[in-house]
Amino acid sequence: MTTTQQIPDQAPRTPSYVSPIPIGRTHLGHALASEWTKIRSVRSTLWTLGVFLALVVLIGCMMAGLVGADTYLNTPYTMPAFFGLLLGQMCLVSLGVLVVSSEYGTGMIRTTFTASPQRHRVLAAKILVFFAVAFVTAAVAIAAVGLYAQLTVGARTNVNWVPTVFKGALYVSLLGVLALAVGSMMRHSAGAITTMLGVLLVPAIMPAFLLFNDGLVDIAQFMSDYNAISALSLIFEGDRSTGTGGPQIALLATLTVLACAGAFAVQANRDV
Amino acid sequence: MISLEGLTKRYGEKVAVNNLTFEVRPGIVTGFLGPNGAGKSTTMRMILGLDHPTSGDVRIEGRHYAELRDPLKSIGALLDATANHGGRSAYHHLLCLAQSNGLPERRVHEVLDIVGLTAVAKKKAKGFSMGMGQRLGIAAALLGDPRILMFDEPVNGLDPEGIHWIRTLMQRLASEGRTVFVSSHLMSEMALTAEHLIVIGQGRLLSDLSMADFIRQNSRSYVRVRTPERERFLDVLRSAGLTAMETGDVLELDGVAAEQIGELAARHGLVLHELSPQQASLEEAFMRLTAESVEYHAHSGPAADEQAPWGAGWKKG
Ligand SMILES: Nc1ncnc2c1ncn2[C@@H]1O[C@H](COP(=O)(O)OP(=O)(O)OP(=O)(O)O)[C@@H](O)[C@H]1O
Ligand SMILES: [Mg+2]
Repeated sequence: MTTTQQIPDQAPRTPSYVSPIPIGRTHLGHALASEWTKIRSVRSTLWTLGVFLALVVLIGCMMAGLVGADTYLNTPYTMPAFFGLLLGQMCLVSLGVLVVSSEYGTGMIRTTFTASPQRHRVLAAKILVFFAVAFVTAAVAIAAVGLYAQLTVGARTNVNWVPTVFKGALYVSLLGVLALAVGSMMRHSAGAITTMLGVLLVPAIMPAFLLFNDGLVDIAQFMSDYNAISALSLIFEGDRSTGTGGPQIALLATLTVLACAGAFAVQANRDV
Repeated sequence: MISLEGLTKRYGEKVAVNNLTFEVRPGIVTGFLGPNGAGKSTTMRMILGLDHPTSGDVRIEGRHYAELRDPLKSIGALLDATANHGGRSAYHHLLCLAQSNGLPERRVHEVLDIVGLTAVAKKKAKGFSMGMGQRLGIAAALLGDPRILMFDEPVNGLDPEGIHWIRTLMQRLASEGRTVFVSSHLMSEMALTAEHLIVIGQGRLLSDLSMADFIRQNSRSYVRVRTPERERFLDVLRSAGLTAMETGDVLELDGVAAEQIGELAARHGLVLHELSPQQASLEEAFMRLTAESVEYHAHSGPAADEQAPWGAGWKKG
């Protein structure tokens, strides 16, 4: 048996505690700072972005010399970045998924939502911070390849390569945001990454099968025009006759916006 | 102040939390007691707005959790010591939480110091022992210097020194006027820490009493007797109108003072080897209380559900 204090069951003995820390309303800026700390304080960010940079820059620089100087008359100097991006996009997709699914996987999401019950703000901050990180990294990698090609191959081109830096970086960053939204809806890293692999590869592979069926030729054509590989190749090698990836970027942006809307809706009332 | 009203949570067929109504008041440590699966963690998740109630309502200082403007300054919670990203250092874990609520970075160092993790602040959380993880969770709860603190089984994985530390910490926090709500499935732990006790079983409220009242109402006092002249002693008791419970070679007598038994034995020249007044432990009282609740549910048909929950008579208004 233990001793217990006799206390009256009614009113508390002391008034409620008042903290010396000033009270202020939390806002998106706080959430952005928090997500920036999160993304920069885990290894997976360093790894995925490090591998991305290595793939795009190394493969790009290697290919820059191999494609032959004449190619650059009609293609931008950043074209060799295309080869590295084919592989590198998977890094951004993985990071996009991990940014959110790792929180669900570890239980961190409960701590996060306890600190920030405005779930939409948390997701918005995640999307913005990830997009900024992915875009800057991709733009740096593509620009590095462009500069390398220009310096080593010589200045013989009719194409301004600066827009391709932005378009290429935008495309792969949007893929990453799409992955983030998918990860947020699915909550499992493996499932979300597999889904994104499907999104990237199925439209590139399916047309080969669909072309055997007359009724599906239109779909096959659409898939082969709009899949991620075609989109990137148009951005970096396209010309007036084939387009330079504008509609492809628009389609991806639309998909990404829809997926994000889905992610916001799904997480709003979900038990975590 | 936390107020629950008719809070209910169903997971499919399973009713995890069943119509809970109670208040957790500031200035004292309130214990939240129940056996495994009673619904303690589910209730706490609903208080924090993580799980959504099937019906009923829960408010923090009159607001829903999602309406709190400064959540970490209102309420700090330790739900699960592993609720962090194992690859992130203790420092960065706390920093991102602090930033999300606009708290100054110096608070991170302060709470690391309070819980004694300063030396390992830059180490990854996945390398932490269970007790260190628990301390990190407590540090996160203290970050905003909140008016309300909620701990789900905080002594899990702590060593005796750590248990003593958290007990003292909770009492200090309460004495500063904060609301402290702490769950456990150990009555003995609660008896040392809590001034008020809320007991649930199978998601239902079984008791909502001050610790003192709980003890008074739930502990059984009896007299323990050992004697070599067992049969004669039992005869004497019978003639005095008393009955004894026999457990092994020990006799237990309810509702009678030890003095009375001693005098009775002396009058009849009986040899006693032991005569001691006893009080059943709170642990036993708790087990009796919750065992009844399990039994009640196990045997309850559709009609039984209409009855008031077991122990409803003890609830205080
Ligand atoms: N997400 C969920 N889905 C389905 N059932 C759940 C879920 N969460 C909890 N439960 C069930 O609800 C009941 C209450 O669980 P809860 O974790 O709240 O109990 P507890 O009192 O915290 O137990 P413990 O002392 O073991 O921590 C359990 O039967 C559990 O199986
Ligand atoms: Mg629990």
